[in-house]
Amino acid sequence: MSSTTKTQALRPDRKKSRLHLDILGLGIAVVMIFPVYWLVISSLRPNREIRSYNQTLWPTSITFDNFARAVDQPNFTTAIQSSLIVAVTAVVGGMIIATLAALAIGRFRFFGRKPLLLIMILVQMLPPTAMLIPIYAQLNAMGGIDEYWGLIVVYLVATLPFATIMIRGFVVNIPVELEESAMVDGLTRFGAFRKVVFPLLAPGLAAASIFALVNAWNEYLFAYILINDNSKYTLNVWLMTFTTERGTDYGALMAASTMIALPVVIFFMIIQKKMAAGLTSGAVKG
Amino acid sequence: MSAADTKAVGPPVPVPPDPQPTGKSSSDGDAPRVQKRKRKKGELLPYFLILPAIVAIAAVYLYPLGKTVVMSFQDMGRRELWSGEPAPWVGFEQFTNILGDSEFWWVTFRTVVFMAICVTLTMGIGLLVALLMRKLSTWVRLVLTVALIAAWSMPLMVAASIFRFMADSDYGLINTLIAKVVGEDWLGHNWYLNPIQGFGIITLLVVWGAIPFVVVTLYAALTQVPQELEEAAALDGASAYGIYKFVTWPVIKPVFTMVATLSVIWDFNVFGQIWLLRGNKPEPEYETLGLYSYSKAFESTSFSQGTAIALITVVLLSGVAVYYLRQLMKTGEVE
Repeated sequence: MSSTTKTQALRPDRKKSRLHLDILGLGIAVVMIFPVYWLVISSLRPNREIRSYNQTLWPTSITFDNFARAVDQPNFTTAIQSSLIVAVTAVVGGMIIATLAALAIGRFRFFGRKPLLLIMILVQMLPPTAMLIPIYAQLNAMGGIDEYWGLIVVYLVATLPFATIMIRGFVVNIPVELEESAMVDGLTRFGAFRKVVFPLLAPGLAAASIFALVNAWNEYLFAYILINDNSKYTLNVWLMTFTTERGTDYGALMAASTMIALPVVIFFMIIQKKMAAGLTSGAVKG
Repeated sequence: MSAADTKAVGPPVPVPPDPQPTGKSSSDGDAPRVQKRKRKKGELLPYFLILPAIVAIAAVYLYPLGKTVVMSFQDMGRRELWSGEPAPWVGFEQFTNILGDSEFWWVTFRTVVFMAICVTLTMGIGLLVALLMRKLSTWVRLVLTVALIAAWSMPLMVAASIFRFMADSDYGLINTLIAKVVGEDWLGHNWYLNPIQGFGIITLLVVWGAIPFVVVTLYAALTQVPQELEEAAALDGASAYGIYKFVTWPVIKPVFTMVATLSVIWDFNVFGQIWLLRGNKPEPEYETLGLYSYSKAFESTSFSQGTAIALITVVLLSGVAVYYLRQLMKTGEVE
């Protein structure tokens, strides 16, 4: 009883302090989103405003000239093609292998299970250069430089550790009894997986694949080192072509960046809840 | 009331860091049965299932790591790379060269200081924003979440382009804004001439990019803090700081430690932000260990020097990685 009177007494004070906090929260939101706003607004404003010593926070007019220049930049379509081929192939392959491994880790207690999990977590912490130099040397010896497959293999394996750990989280949530009763009803182990487990696993698989897709889509370092052929550049490497010795075409760069970021933003909005959960256990960064 | 009392000042409530219910208990309960069934038929099945993953990880992570070790004791340059001739063995020469080079120690010092600043800022701001989020009105929290997700979803390449534009000497927004306050002198100011200022911009980019993950994760942990405990502590006259210290912090501590450890590893390995802001060719004053290794390998084409530096980095980080794994094991994440 005493608590209600106390909170009532506190209420006006609380409301006031909440208003202060709300303003602070909105301020932080503005700071966090400002670079994104600046990206979008710069891609839409006329070039004379971009190439100006007096940058203004609002555009005076809206134009799609920057987008036109970005699309006209050489190798735009081939870059989209390369990015899609590499990312999609790597993710499909990665998901198959990761699902198999996640089933094993989530459903069976076998010798070496824990070390395998630990290795998967550990390899994600290796500095990129520790991998980059030997992989470059190895692919060079195998003729994999300037070939999609070299990049695909690297991206595929890069998705494996977190995808396995993430899908495993979904596997352990599916009761074994479901599978067992399906097998009692005469289904084979594979049949039980296909008809019972897989449908329940689908949302988890979707989240893991989107996350893997975004990671492959965003990767630039291996793409930059392993692909030297302009017509095979991925989108991120293609972005670097906006900077030449004569300077950077910021308007076109911002327009191209907006186009590359847009699908990622949409995908992020779809999976953001699952991602937060998967990330704490998967130890990966977006 | 009294029960809540004792709890408030008692030992921390163990809460799984995973915000998602993992159904761990049920799988543990099933474990013996699974084992029994497995014994009967197909003891090899799990091994077949993990075989592709093991082969793939061995090929792209473990083999290169082994090769990094091997190359560090050789002298592989451009000639050996292109001719395929075996690189000559040089023993510890690469390491003695590197460790005897004062530049290496400067780079290491710079990497550690940069990492410490980035981690402190990221974790400090991240924790404050996560704590703030609980006190916000629902709609403000929603706006803030959308802003965080939008920032989080920017590809590094795009984020780096935005910051490069904002900090551009001629057409950058930052210079325009500062010039409005301080004076026209700031127009055309080049932020990268002075590495301390340049690293300021880089730190902004790194911290801005890392905060969403930290806030979302810590906020998820904070939702696990039992409200009754905090209310009980408040009724008993605990100060806001006291509540935080004895009720809130013990619950989120495991998650905070893990995120902080991950941040240490990530910020130690920062590569892209510097590389991209400096136009793919950072000046020596901007090299951290990763970039130092990269430039030795790909700019000076001394691949063995590059791998030796990378190997030293791995050794330096292994302590942090082991600590992280122990935290994971403690919280039962690896079960």
